[in-house]
Amino acid sequence: MPAQQTPKAHDGTASGRVVLDAGDISRALIRISHEILERNKGAEDLLLLGLHTRGVPLARRLAENIAAVEGTTVATGELDVTMYRDDLRSHPTRAPHRTQVPAGGVDGKTVVLVDDVLYSGRTIRAALDALSDLGRPAVVRLAVLVDRGHRELPIRADHVGKNLPTARSERVSLRLVETDGEDEVRIA
Amino acid sequence: MTRHLLSIDDLSTADIEQIFTTAAEMHDVQQREVKKLPALRGRTVINLFFEDSTRTRSSFEIAGKWLSADVINLSAKGSSASKGESLRDTVLTVTAMGVDGLVVRHGASGAAEQISRWIDVPVINAGDGTHEHPTQALLDGYTLTRKLGSLEGKHVAIVGDLTHSRVFRSNIKCLAKLGATVTAVAPPTLMPAGVGDWSRTAGFATSYDLDAVLPEADAVMMLRVQRERMSGGFFPTAREYTVGYGLTRDRLAVLKPGTPILHPGPMNRGLEISADAADAIDSVVLDQVSAGVAVRMSVLYHLLAGEETK
Repeated sequence: MPAQQTPKAHDGTASGRVVLDAGDISRALIRISHEILERNKGAEDLLLLGLHTRGVPLARRLAENIAAVEGTTVATGELDVTMYRDDLRSHPTRAPHRTQVPAGGVDGKTVVLVDDVLYSGRTIRAALDALSDLGRPAVVRLAVLVDRGHRELPIRADHVGKNLPTARSERVSLRLVETDGEDEVRIA
Repeated sequence: MTRHLLSIDDLSTADIEQIFTTAAEMHDVQQREVKKLPALRGRTVINLFFEDSTRTRSSFEIAGKWLSADVINLSAKGSSASKGESLRDTVLTVTAMGVDGLVVRHGASGAAEQISRWIDVPVINAGDGTHEHPTQALLDGYTLTRKLGSLEGKHVAIVGDLTHSRVFRSNIKCLAKLGATVTAVAPPTLMPAGVGDWSRTAGFATSYDLDAVLPEADAVMMLRVQRERMSGGFFPTAREYTVGYGLTRDRLAVLKPGTPILHPGPMNRGLEISADAADAIDSVVLDQVSAGVAVRMSVLYHLLAGEETK
């Protein structure tokens, strides 16, 4: 993980300051992949479960990294937590995304929840509830690309790409090639 | 999304597509060991049925329960409605108990809409007289979309007792919004009065000749002959109806291979649909039933789970 951020050329645009560029994101994901393997002592029984929307491509990238290191494929899945959110009543409803886990299910697996930005912790709370309706994993861990602080629940990440101290008034926007056409984390 | 679901007119094409997307997810939940989502936890839904129903009522009941709502069934038989209480008093009494949603079936066309003007909670029409049955049309559209992909340009034949059919009225609206073309087939006595002008504005065709329509159809929806709504004289004998308008074994043979056969149930086997057709490999009658739960979960979720729309 890069020790410090060098300001990028497109710094200071209307959408804020770039704090992670494509290279930084790639390096952070490689490091997290290694951490997951180290912690799990290999790729056995591992299931990387991406949270919609941007956790899903991140989980796939971690799986590719792990496959490159270990030479084995790692199971991935997607989890949608819409129906489990505690703020359903304060928004108009929207259709949930796909929830998909491999045929073997989650029972007995080491499930690593993968999300883009960890903030209040409420999404992860919802994800843990959703996960328990799918089965009983042996262990659940959490990997996030950015931890911006301001937790409202007793939740912490096991693997963090970048700790990003922010004010509540600031906006962190994370963009990925798969969903937004480029890899970038900005703060505004 | 709409506050009440009284008619397919309340929904835009985008709304219908969103209901289908959610229903597809609900369909997956139906396959799980834990068939429960917490989206309506703490909410109460009342099924208020003034007409007999098994599948629609139990479908709504299961849908509500799988979303963690408390579902209470009230049927007119054995309720104070049979002691002479007015519809308005029954509805106001029930809602005063603190319900969050009302699913209503009533024998009078327009009952659901009338009720929605009296009370302040979302009302879902589960069939009103010979007017509409929107969730049935949604589940039919959803079933067809799963079988055929996009319905844009697809040709659906709706056959049977159209005069008395709220399923027909909801379906032509829903199928039109999904881009399908519809041919309504019925004997002249069971074709709704004034259908000519109506079909021109709503954009569907009518025919008295089932044999001419079947080879062209991408899907066939057989509707029940509703004897309980008939006072006689619509057709000479059941046998004659079957010869002219039943989906018999011979007529199965003229369908294009893979043409889905729908029936909203309950089926009069041997009258409008033969056992061969009801149990045919392309019959999707049971798919409709399981789609019914998924679609009703989706509707309950979209109407009751989110921010209140006034």
